[in-house]
Amino acid sequence: MKSVETVIITTLAIDTNAETKAVSEAGGNIGAVVTFSGICRADEKGGKISALFLEHYPGMAEQEIGKHVEEANRRWPLLAARVVHRVGRIEPGETIVFVATASAHREAAFQAAEFIMDYLKTSAPFWKRTEGGGREAWVDANEKDERAAARWK
Amino acid sequence: MKIVYFAWLRERLDKTEEDVDVPASVHTIGDLMMWLKSRGEEYELAFDNPKVIRAAIDKTHVRPETKIAGASEIAFFPPMTGG
Repeated sequence: MKSVETVIITTLAIDTNAETKAVSEAGGNIGAVVTFSGICRADEKGGKISALFLEHYPGMAEQEIGKHVEEANRRWPLLAARVVHRVGRIEPGETIVFVATASAHREAAFQAAEFIMDYLKTSAPFWKRTEGGGREAWVDANEKDERAAARWK
Repeated sequence: MKIVYFAWLRERLDKTEEDVDVPASVHTIGDLMMWLKSRGEEYELAFDNPKVIRAAIDKTHVRPETKIAGASEIAFFPPMTGG
């Protein structure tokens, strides 16, 4: 059975319960669903922030995530994969990104979710700016993320 | 040729995109960055350290040595920080 792949970029709040339900009910013989939510922290590098602002490259962002969802699908026997990424202003406690993978058994779902997140961090064109403390600053890329993605090569 | 900019590159240049006539001597993404850098003070600041700047041709990641012939949209941006 072909896996059900969905990639959504939205300015709206992400309803993780509804997204999880959509994946769990994607059909096929699903026996495992793994979900990851990336949440906006209140502290960034020791300083309080009031919000993050997420910018993206429309078209390319969807395409890059889609490519890695397809690659995950080739590597593991997935039945469904769903990625929802929010853009615009996001406040602490709100979800920035949601990834869910479904398969017959847990191992494929766990590994594929991690694979998709690692590549999303390093190759999907999104940029974060922090707001708060009277100043705005672009978030620097993290070398740890590059190493995390490199281990799948 | 259409060039688009994101994040702090967009801010430093104060533009999201522009159409430029690229000289025939500009063959690669690296050449293009050097040429753009020579176009004025804000470009010099934006392209001050080309090593940290990433590029895409028609929405696909490319390297500095990639040839730009045939490209319709070239994007420049900082390393990505999504997720």
